[in-house]
Amino acid sequence: MYEGVIQTLIDELGRFPGIGPKSAQRIAFFVVQDAKYDPSTLAGLLATIRETIHYCITCGNLTENEQCSICSDPRRDHSTICVVEEAKDVAAIERTREYDGVYHVLGGVINPMNGVGPEQLNLKTLIKRLGDETVTEVILATNSTVEGEATSSYLSRMIQPIGVTVTRLASGLPVGADLEYADEITLGRAFSGRRNVE
Amino acid sequence: MQRRRAQTASDNGNMQLYEDAAIVLRTHKLGEADRIITLLGREYGKIRAVAKGVRKPTSKFGGRLEPFMVVNAQFRHGRSLDIVAGAETLRAYSDPISRDYNRYTAGNTIVETADILTNADRGNDHYTLLLGALGSLARGDHTPELVRGSYILRALTIAGWQPIFDRCVRCGRTEPISHVAIALGGAVCDDCAVPGTPKVEAETLALLQALLLGDWSVADTSTSFARAESASIIAAYLQFVLERRISSITVGNQA
Repeated sequence: MYEGVIQTLIDELGRFPGIGPKSAQRIAFFVVQDAKYDPSTLAGLLATIRETIHYCITCGNLTENEQCSICSDPRRDHSTICVVEEAKDVAAIERTREYDGVYHVLGGVINPMNGVGPEQLNLKTLIKRLGDETVTEVILATNSTVEGEATSSYLSRMIQPIGVTVTRLASGLPVGADLEYADEITLGRAFSGRRNVE
Repeated sequence: MQRRRAQTASDNGNMQLYEDAAIVLRTHKLGEADRIITLLGREYGKIRAVAKGVRKPTSKFGGRLEPFMVVNAQFRHGRSLDIVAGAETLRAYSDPISRDYNRYTAGNTIVETADILTNADRGNDHYTLLLGALGSLARGDHTPELVRGSYILRALTIAGWQPIFDRCVRCGRTEPISHVAIALGGAVCDDCAVPGTPKVEAETLALLQALLLGDWSVADTSTSFARAESASIIAAYLQFVLERRISSITVGNQA
């Protein structure tokens, strides 16, 4: 335990996810002791971030403007929508440089035990977007967990009657992993999703 | 209460390893890549353990520790929570259940009920019943709503809250019974029913009794009206007995 403001700083840092008491103490002492570090930039960002960042009115991604840079980019393929759980999933897919369509961020997955159902997800704007006849394909890119699969099956059931093609991200063996260590479900999906060698 | 560790061949001196067949009830994210897994073990009852690195694509656990999976797992004694040391699949129920939304919502109510009931009650009766219910759900033997209803009534029976639907819970008469009093734990006859007690159809009472006994020949041929009415009675009775709201029932009604 430290006295006064240093302990308050440690306690506040400790409220961040993934930051335990030891890490909080290390960060606090770094800020106090390292003369070369200027904390004013971080302090300014933390003070204004909630006013600066909000959700894109089209896709639900985080943005500084009314519409995110992906939705407002005319070079992107607006006929394909990739549905993801969280905004950080958009960043993960963008890093692959394999996809040039647009996104839709659900803001979670259906998890009945935690009280999260379809009504708690960002689905109304998705249905509105699908009403626009330019959309021809929806890619379901929820996590490969029980909750992610169930959300995909719900979305598939909801979207297919509209007449839009619904696809699901492939799942199978991770690159660099040994086949013998794969679990039965992953290996089973790798077999069912096998493709011709070109 | 400190869990008693049986001295089995898998116990390993100071490492305190123990092994059990277990059903994964639910998971919670922990830190960057870990999860807290809640399981119902055949021998050890409720187990809460940390699966380290399970959210990474290269995790040795893969999909083995997802809800509805039945695994043979090894656990290492930890300071506050045990650690999952290894797991091998016994029944891969998570995939067929999660790919069908109705099975998924029914399965969630089943495991949520199991999670609550086994806080107070341990023993492998709950394990056996849950294994059978999830297996039936995964195979699609019966409609998910019937499996869920039957599981809840039978799990409550194991826990000591057996409802009565084939006679009046107050006087024991077998007819005429056409009401259900949730607070009394089952059906009541016309004479015992106080004003305001909800009236139910005879076919609904027959279905409730069939679900309680596992008489699937009657349950599978029931009408949609009897199914809807019995589902609402079962949900009301479950929440009355447990004195709490069951989140998965509320969410299931959204679909």
